[in-house]
Amino acid sequence: MRPLLEIREFHVAYGKVEAVRGVGLTMQQGQIVTVIGPNGAGKTTLLAAAAGLLRSRGQVIYDGVDLERIDVEERVERGLCLVPERRELFGDMAVADNLLLGAYARRRHGADVKQTLQQVFARFPRLAERQGQKAQTLSGGERQMLALGRALMAKPRLLMLDEPSLGLAPIMVREIFHIVASLRQLGVSILLVEQNARAALETSDYGYVLEMGEITHQGPSAALAHDGRVVTTYLGGTS
Amino acid sequence: MTPDIGLILGIDGIATGSIYILVGLGLVLIFSVTRVVFVPFGDIVAFSALTLASMQLGRMPGTIYLIVTLAVVACLVETGQHLWRRQPQRIARGLFGYGVLPLIPAAVAFLTAGHLPVWAQIPLAIALVVPIGPLIERIALRPLADASILLLLVVSVALTFGLSGLGLLFFGPEGFRTRPLTDEIFRFGPVVLSTQTILMVATAGIFSLLLFLFFEQTLIGKALRATSVNRIGARIVGIRPGNAAALAFLLASLLGAVSGILIGPTTTLYYDSGFIIGLKAFVGAIIGGLTSYPGTALGALLIGVLESFASFWDSSLKEVVVFSVLIPVLLWRSLSLGRVDEEDHEVEE
Amino acid sequence: MSRRSAAIVLALAAIALLAAAPFYATSFTITLLNYIGIYALVALGVVLLTGFGGLTSFGQAAFVGIAAYSTAWLTTAEGASPWLGLLFALASTGLVATVLGAVTLRLGGHYLPLGTVAWGLAIFFLFGNFESLGRHNGLANLPPIYIGRLSLEPTAAIYYLIWAMLIAATILVANLLESREGRAIRSLRGGVVMVESLGISVFRIRLITFVIAALLAALSGWLYAHMSRFVSPAPFDLRMGIQYLFMALIGGSGHILGAIVGAALITLLENALQDALPLFTRDGQQLEVIVFAVIYVLVLQFARGGVMPFVLRFVPGAAKPPIVAAAPLSRRTMPERGTSLLSVERLFKRFGGLEAVSRVGFEIKAGEIVGLIGPNGAGKSTVFNLITGALTCDDGKISFFGQDITRAGQRRIAEAGIARTFQHVKLRPKMSLLDNVLLGTYTRTRAGFFRGALRLDRQEERRARFEALAQLKRVGLGDEPYGPAGNLPLGRQRILEVARALAADPALIILDEPAAGLSRVEKKALVDLLHSLRNEGVTVLLVEHDVEFVMGLVDRIVVMDFGSKLVEGTPGAVRANPLVQEAYLGSVA
Repeated sequence: MRPLLEIREFHVAYGKVEAVRGVGLTMQQGQIVTVIGPNGAGKTTLLAAAAGLLRSRGQVIYDGVDLERIDVEERVERGLCLVPERRELFGDMAVADNLLLGAYARRRHGADVKQTLQQVFARFPRLAERQGQKAQTLSGGERQMLALGRALMAKPRLLMLDEPSLGLAPIMVREIFHIVASLRQLGVSILLVEQNARAALETSDYGYVLEMGEITHQGPSAALAHDGRVVTTYLGGTS
Repeated sequence: MTPDIGLILGIDGIATGSIYILVGLGLVLIFSVTRVVFVPFGDIVAFSALTLASMQLGRMPGTIYLIVTLAVVACLVETGQHLWRRQPQRIARGLFGYGVLPLIPAAVAFLTAGHLPVWAQIPLAIALVVPIGPLIERIALRPLADASILLLLVVSVALTFGLSGLGLLFFGPEGFRTRPLTDEIFRFGPVVLSTQTILMVATAGIFSLLLFLFFEQTLIGKALRATSVNRIGARIVGIRPGNAAALAFLLASLLGAVSGILIGPTTTLYYDSGFIIGLKAFVGAIIGGLTSYPGTALGALLIGVLESFASFWDSSLKEVVVFSVLIPVLLWRSLSLGRVDEEDHEVEE
Repeated sequence: MSRRSAAIVLALAAIALLAAAPFYATSFTITLLNYIGIYALVALGVVLLTGFGGLTSFGQAAFVGIAAYSTAWLTTAEGASPWLGLLFALASTGLVATVLGAVTLRLGGHYLPLGTVAWGLAIFFLFGNFESLGRHNGLANLPPIYIGRLSLEPTAAIYYLIWAMLIAATILVANLLESREGRAIRSLRGGVVMVESLGISVFRIRLITFVIAALLAALSGWLYAHMSRFVSPAPFDLRMGIQYLFMALIGGSGHILGAIVGAALITLLENALQDALPLFTRDGQQLEVIVFAVIYVLVLQFARGGVMPFVLRFVPGAAKPPIVAAAPLSRRTMPERGTSLLSVERLFKRFGGLEAVSRVGFEIKAGEIVGLIGPNGAGKSTVFNLITGALTCDDGKISFFGQDITRAGQRRIAEAGIARTFQHVKLRPKMSLLDNVLLGTYTRTRAGFFRGALRLDRQEERRARFEALAQLKRVGLGDEPYGPAGNLPLGRQRILEVARALAADPALIILDEPAAGLSRVEKKALVDLLHSLRNEGVTVLLVEHDVEFVMGLVDRIVVMDFGSKLVEGTPGAVRANPLVQEAYLGSVA
């Protein structure tokens, strides 16, 4: 089967300093794949570059197409969407407007967009309650829901989530991962970057460990969760 | 000063202030979407009035040549960039947008020069001038879209130089005043209102309302706002900053062109008069913090009234007064803000 | 011949060539050189202000004008000597610059340059409307400058004064930039939080830099007034102010000689265009403006560094002086081990709808190493920013050494003895490792602007450099002290921040994820370093994610989650706590 996403020999540099060095990664349609690793390993950089926000060397092949000359906006139109670590919401605008803009790439399908909006509201009732409120007044968990909801408005085929559990109370973390797992039923594939390694490995099918810009371990998530070194470093097990 | 004179000055100031409102809104629109402090914006105002004046005199407006020059350069830049990025499939679209579209009004004006009915002159003058903003954006600013606000400001100042040179080249050194649309006058007791004044205030009001509706009610308007609120956020939902910038410049140019038509009959304008008009509107926009539309409107009105009273007090020093006002305004902003907005992003939350 | 002596020979040759110019060049050339010198003085100020200090002004021509009009008025209306005129010109320009600077320099970014446009215009209109300043006709018949009985009226005579002043000013500015305050000026570009965290007053440095630039413009205005012996408003308009900025940008605002190069290029180009354009067209004047605008835009689009970087490729860089042993800088007395050093009570901070830190409290004793841990986004960096004053809390109290520092501001907190590193590295990537660490010694040294410019600071400077190198060696970065900081891998940039913090001789050092991006060997070295710091009595507070690293290092751990303190205790107790297992180590089930 042709992989949905294939990243080969991927390099990303800030000036002279390389933050991602020769990373390779493959994921199939319908999979949840996670990238774990310490802060500063280059996880966020990897996702931002795959989304087209940063310049990179190497190949990103999505759905059989090399994305080299395809900009962020066209990647979104093709269903490759990013929920960044900083959320990047439109703070000064209403929740409903944030969601409607999420479907900007599908602006020519008006009726369809309305339907998607209802689906997102059904999935996140809290957003429906607060649709008139400005995004910047939301709590941390609600912001994360809004970021997810906004990305879903684009009807993504591949959703790249950067630290969805960031800054959330344990109960919210659970809810968010529950939602992530349930997205698979919609046919959305997910590339998940997480610092909360245990939760990430329990949710995903396959995992990569990124350290100092390089992939050091990879394997089915269940296997990684029992790998001695991964356990000591990221899962806080006693050594 | 008697109350009567005060009243006259006040009305006069509100009329001038209405022009500054339109110009100020255009400046804020451009700044918030593209982060460019567009110093040459006033030139668009002056060029619009001069274009109409040329048409009324039955001459060929210099704007035609200005547009042709800019369009040729923009097409070269556009083509060059697509070739450089190896995206030749986008060239045709670029040439249409930056070559064909802006030249349509220019061609109409060229073919009909001298025998155009009066009613058609104003819309054609506006249509001729509107492409100036987007063309300049494409030529000089788009290649620097990722640069700092400061660098963009410096470029925009350099452009002011260039545009005033082009203005002199194409419009010549003489000053013009357009024919008033009407010269009817209304009297309400001691208050004398010219139709021109009413027209200026009403137009400013209508365009402010239209702008408000555009931002609140349309998806495109919301996309522009989104770009100004969060550029990365806008990109990841598929809004191209380049397209947003072009649209912002187009709308702002429209506001500038309309202001030019309105101000044309009230004063003699030269090729370089726009600079000072633009800067005064800027002072108004800075009062509004360069980001708030209502604040800008209020600030612009204030500047109009201040200028009107200052010119009564000593007409040669009115510019000094208006530009000196900026200093206390900046002081007030620095004390009320405490810290600069930029720095907020520097500390991680 | 060493590279340093090659550079000196090159400079001497240039000076000799300039000194002999009146003997081989036409008087027209000398006039051009005079203008270049006068413009270069203003551009030198712009280079200092913009290239090094990161501030942009379009209004320098107004300062030139204030000085020119000051001396013109004093020497014509009052019949004073031009030298008195110079003093008056410097004083009046300095005063105006101080007032304008005090008003606008707190506003960063685009407000300052916009403000300069406005006052540039306002002052220009003012010149043209004052009866005593001759309105638009200006003031004529200024006396020439005399040195003793020697008249500097001839073009070739004032030429020497202009260039002597330019060269002297260039040397003084170059000295200044290599001094303590000069490094502070250079650190202004790229965010002020880091600068204030080192105890440097950004506003003070900006204001003084701004006044220096204005005084250089004033010197230029004085020379101009007595060279042309006539002043009118036109040469001081906004157009000229903009031109000064572009001289600096085209010459290369990152290098001190960019001012002279830029002034020469623009003056010569203008001259050439005035000769050439009329040959092609009747509209020469308009085209000149357009040609300049095109050049400016192209330079900004394709060569933002100006001409100097291209020139420098062919000139050998001066060798860096070796760092010699010197008396160590004095150190603070560390608090007695075990006494309460930092106490944080009910700290509260909200961002919009987000409670980033809610009612967090803990205490740190002198000599401890304390780890602050918790998931990403738990509010740890916000706590650090609140303690160090980079953010102000909405409620709560922070005391250090028994002194309330809750609202003291970054600078006073730094002076009190707290040094920090940042989660997102804040270095000056183009400055050398040594200069970055030297910035850390700012609160421990005293040399001011005058001492720096006149090189009277050398003894203290040697001590500071020795200290900085020692700290670099201590963290393992002593090999290439003169390399640019931006070339280090990210992990080592964090370690460089640690060296910078250590150079401040802190009583409490706050480290935000110091081990991120380090290899295992480097992490081990960092642990050793922190242990040795504890032995010296330095207290350490750090955020770190590598559980293994933290557990093996610290005396005590504070765990934060979702903005609140979860638990506090020894590593063993914390590890055993089920709450921590649940929240921090994150189980889904």
